[in-house]
Amino acid sequence: MPLQAIAFYLLAFVTIAAGLLVVSARNPVHSVLFLITAFFSAAGLFVLLGAEFLAMLLVVVYVGAVAVLFLFVVMMLDVDFAELRQGFVQYLPFGGAIALVIATEMVMVVAAVATNGAASRNALPNASPGGVPNTEAIGRVLYTDYVFFFQLAGLVLLVAMIGAIVLTLRHKPGVKRQDIGKQVARTPKTGMELVQIKPGEGISE
Amino acid sequence: MIGLSHYLVVAAILFTIGVFGIFVNRKNVIVILMSIELILLAVNINLVAFSSFLHDVAGQIFAMFVLTVAAAEAAVGLAILVTFFRNRGDIAVDDASMMKG
Repeated sequence: MPLQAIAFYLLAFVTIAAGLLVVSARNPVHSVLFLITAFFSAAGLFVLLGAEFLAMLLVVVYVGAVAVLFLFVVMMLDVDFAELRQGFVQYLPFGGAIALVIATEMVMVVAAVATNGAASRNALPNASPGGVPNTEAIGRVLYTDYVFFFQLAGLVLLVAMIGAIVLTLRHKPGVKRQDIGKQVARTPKTGMELVQIKPGEGISE
Repeated sequence: MIGLSHYLVVAAILFTIGVFGIFVNRKNVIVILMSIELILLAVNINLVAFSSFLHDVAGQIFAMFVLTVAAAEAAVGLAILVTFFRNRGDIAVDDASMMKG
């Protein structure tokens, strides 16, 4: 068996096993870690296909940002996760049946597409047509043919960022903060008060 | 010889696992979000595999945009989750019906 096939089967097995563990792990922290494993091995599959740029993007964006975001939220929320697992066994037969149907259908479609589709004419993968490196091949079309979509993707990220900030920002009442304008506008007249005190009595606010 | 069908079968199984995860973890919204990430990863594997075997780089561009939207979706989804937790003190979503009229 050639080295490439061994690498493919190893990466595919790890991806699928990690995916299964994501949905069945008892502790959500373990789920996130298995999700990271799945993304890493999927990035390996991308490298096998020749799409190195997307593989690195997957590692940077998913492992570096999304998975860490998940970890933050899972660790920040103080939730009884054992209680949330109730119903797992109850939904298992139904979910398994649906999953079996979907998997069977998709594998049948995949078999038809892979043997008769347009992609069946090429036996070998080539993710960077034109004899240039993969990153250059992507850059050549991304900044010319797809430049509007590229800008739109940036806009989507901006809106998501603003949305996430607006959703999680909260102004607590009663928090003391420095107000520089108020401090500068303070005069002796407003800052000091003369009180006439009767002998033997204290002052109360 | 590893062909297109091998990659597509891996993606199909991963997609199925994602759907299965949504079914069995109906209360835990964090795992539901992670299942959605798995589904999007399966879609990305499909797109990259087709792009590679069709010798056309457009599929990889599309996979990149899917990645962007997935990242945005995760950020907003987790922000909603944090807000939901603040208001309810719990993240069980199977009885989240506050907005029911």
